[in-house]
Amino acid sequence: MRRTPLTTAFPLLLAAGIAMPLVQGCKPANTKSAVTGDAASRVFVPPGQYDEFYNFVSGGFNGQMSVYGIPSGRMLRNIPVFSVNPESGWGYSEETKPMLMSTHGFIPWDDSHHVEPSMTDGVPDGRWMFINGNNTPRIALIDLTTFRTKTIIEIPNSGGNHSSPFITPNSEYVVAGTRFSIPLGTDAERDVPIDTYKKNFKGNISFVHPDKETGKMSIAFQIGTPGIHFDLSHAGKGPSDGWFFFSTYNTELAHELLEVNASQNDKDFIMAVNWKKAEQYVKEGKGKMVPGKHYMNHYDDATHMATSEVIEEVLQLDPKELTDLLYFIPCPKSPHGCDVDPTGEYIVGSGKLAALIPVFSFAKMITAIDNKDYEGEFDGIPVLNYESVLHGEVKRPGLGPLHTEFDNNGFAYSSMFVSSEIVKWNVKTLEVVDRVPTYYSIGHLSIPGGDSRKPWGKYVIAYNKITKDRYLPTGPELAQSAQLYSIDGPKMELLSDYPSIGEPHYAQSLPADLIKDKSVKFFKIEDNKHPYVTKGEKEARVVRDGKNVHVYMTCIRSHFAPDNIEGVKIGDDVYFHVTNLEQDWDVPHGFAIKGANTAELLIMPGETQTLKWTPTSVGVKPFYCTDFCSALHQEMQGYIRISPAGSNVPLSSNTKSADAGL
Amino acid sequence: MRPISRIIIAFAALLMLVLLVQPIWRIDLWAPQYPEGLVLQIFHDSFTGNVDQINGLNHYIGMATIHNEMFPEFEIMRYVIGLLAAWGVIAALIGRRWALGSWLFGLLAFVLWAMWDMYSWGWNYGHNLDPKAAIQIEGMVYQPPLFGHKTLLNFEAWSFPDVGGYFLFGSIVLAVLVFLYEWRKPYTGPHGKTMK
Repeated sequence: MRRTPLTTAFPLLLAAGIAMPLVQGCKPANTKSAVTGDAASRVFVPPGQYDEFYNFVSGGFNGQMSVYGIPSGRMLRNIPVFSVNPESGWGYSEETKPMLMSTHGFIPWDDSHHVEPSMTDGVPDGRWMFINGNNTPRIALIDLTTFRTKTIIEIPNSGGNHSSPFITPNSEYVVAGTRFSIPLGTDAERDVPIDTYKKNFKGNISFVHPDKETGKMSIAFQIGTPGIHFDLSHAGKGPSDGWFFFSTYNTELAHELLEVNASQNDKDFIMAVNWKKAEQYVKEGKGKMVPGKHYMNHYDDATHMATSEVIEEVLQLDPKELTDLLYFIPCPKSPHGCDVDPTGEYIVGSGKLAALIPVFSFAKMITAIDNKDYEGEFDGIPVLNYESVLHGEVKRPGLGPLHTEFDNNGFAYSSMFVSSEIVKWNVKTLEVVDRVPTYYSIGHLSIPGGDSRKPWGKYVIAYNKITKDRYLPTGPELAQSAQLYSIDGPKMELLSDYPSIGEPHYAQSLPADLIKDKSVKFFKIEDNKHPYVTKGEKEARVVRDGKNVHVYMTCIRSHFAPDNIEGVKIGDDVYFHVTNLEQDWDVPHGFAIKGANTAELLIMPGETQTLKWTPTSVGVKPFYCTDFCSALHQEMQGYIRISPAGSNVPLSSNTKSADAGL
Repeated sequence: MRPISRIIIAFAALLMLVLLVQPIWRIDLWAPQYPEGLVLQIFHDSFTGNVDQINGLNHYIGMATIHNEMFPEFEIMRYVIGLLAAWGVIAALIGRRWALGSWLFGLLAFVLWAMWDMYSWGWNYGHNLDPKAAIQIEGMVYQPPLFGHKTLLNFEAWSFPDVGGYFLFGSIVLAVLVFLYEWRKPYTGPHGKTMK
């Protein structure tokens, strides 16, 4: 039989058909296959049950701090910190506006990167969380009984607060290292050409003291440094308690095209700071007061109101005079993470451009300092000999090591940004024992208690920057993600993958038992010391003070008192001081009024919040409750009549109440 | 009465003093949105527990606001309890059955009065509704149960004695047992002489 071209081609097509899947099989395994069989049951928290851990996650460019439950990955709260939050009135109510004040005026936004818990004996105690504001240098303290921002302190003499808010083992100090060196001093000293960087630009680190009773913060002292940049930091603990370690970059002292010019040196530094010594020098009066105007904003739960203090000067220590405060440890190359293991002996630098992870020994560092084992000095600060301080190097861990956390069994987990993986290695032997992929481009990672003296272990969470094909597409802007891995066994296992809000950097997880039973359910109305509180409907009233009209308003399911107001004129400013009379858990009321160019109020039970409203047109304007509070929520509304300027409508309000007893 | 009976009666009388420090009665409420439950505890002189929450809820259906001043009983209860305890102690001192019988009568009268008083308050509380109440359900009344369980709209309600109530019950049981024992086997005294 004479073969037709078709029958000749057929075996070839057949062969190609067999070969094609083989070719495809050479592509990387589909990421969907990475989950093992029982992962679902290990992250499933049945309805009505609680998660095991609270997970506090920095919001990155949203400036807030979000709270998740672990292992479910369910988001519980997004706590407003540095950014205004119209849904709760944060930054809009008269009571919260001072929280966002700074020497630059009112700042409605920041970039929040790192979360750190208050600690006792080097272990998270569940009292406070701290988070840094990177852009306008600030540190915030969040109270874990109310899940609210209690204090925000501005960091003076800083170009940007990245290396923060890491904490000493007994919460003595929260640190802030400047991300950008800048010229400091008088106006003349600060108005200099940028290309005089090497001569005029200075670094600075601050030690901020949170008061144990009040949670107010103050700048205990600052240490001036050479004009390098500070990235991350961690306190020593155990044997290394009393020291602080900061990763640095741009030891090239470049001022332009840093991408290239700050990546030239083989090694930058980890800066070791003897803070106990600094504390002693402060006591001995060796510091000097320098200009350092800054704001300290504090929210008082009794007056339900924030106030700002302005401080003009800070105490500064000069390491050129006090020569045993600072030491540089050479560290390859532009290190990001600067992490101290649970024993306090090992300091891990993660050089994001390096092909290895150096691990330094605290004991060796002390010996090198005692022996003056220096390889030189940098701007007057001793540079220790790399080999003398090195415990060893983790060889070929992966590409782009960024950050390391620890479990309770002597293992370290490092995130690899470039090769998108987590690498587990033995802190003592420096052997890599396991690696898992992340999806994709992991930044920080987090283990419960993973930077403390006693990690709880159990999980590691990867915070990923790129999610491309992970979720249903949502246009050009995609959610970032978290991936949860079990670290109970010898091998890490991927359990789940969930989108996160904002742009998470660092995070912390604490056992639920440390926090949940201390949660405030409502504020006691009898303890409310707000100057405009209305303790009961009988006290509800409207008072004119020149052009200001103060409405003393109450709300309770399901009405406002007063709910009809007349006699307000164009040109007046109206202050609605709304007190929520409820004394039960989970009964907030909202307050919104037509044409408010601010936001709404969300008032917790027993609390008073104030919305300033400037009427712009004549007429009767409605206001209403925005929180679905009860079966009669829809009826929870009222009217305010606005008359023309110069009108003689008398000021009046009704205070009829639905139940006089309350 | 035998010395042991007199001691028991004195003890039972003094037990009643617990009513001055412990809650006598409690009403428990449960609804889907109150998984932790609400409780109203009745002391001899006041209400405690989730009084404000209960008042807040009840205004929807037009029930009156509960507050301590509503109850003149709260002003006199401490004297009534003190009187009953003293009465019991005196009965023990007298040591005669008629004295015990009179105390038992006093106790039972007190209990009946208290139950009737609570029932009549509950009836008024549940029936006298504000005609302008937001939620009105034809024929629905909200009288709390005097004893036991009842469903009131979305709430389940339970009404039972609290610690003080159980002590009162214990006092009465002791008094009744001693009374029956002394009634059936009259004491003949240390010298065999019958004493009434």
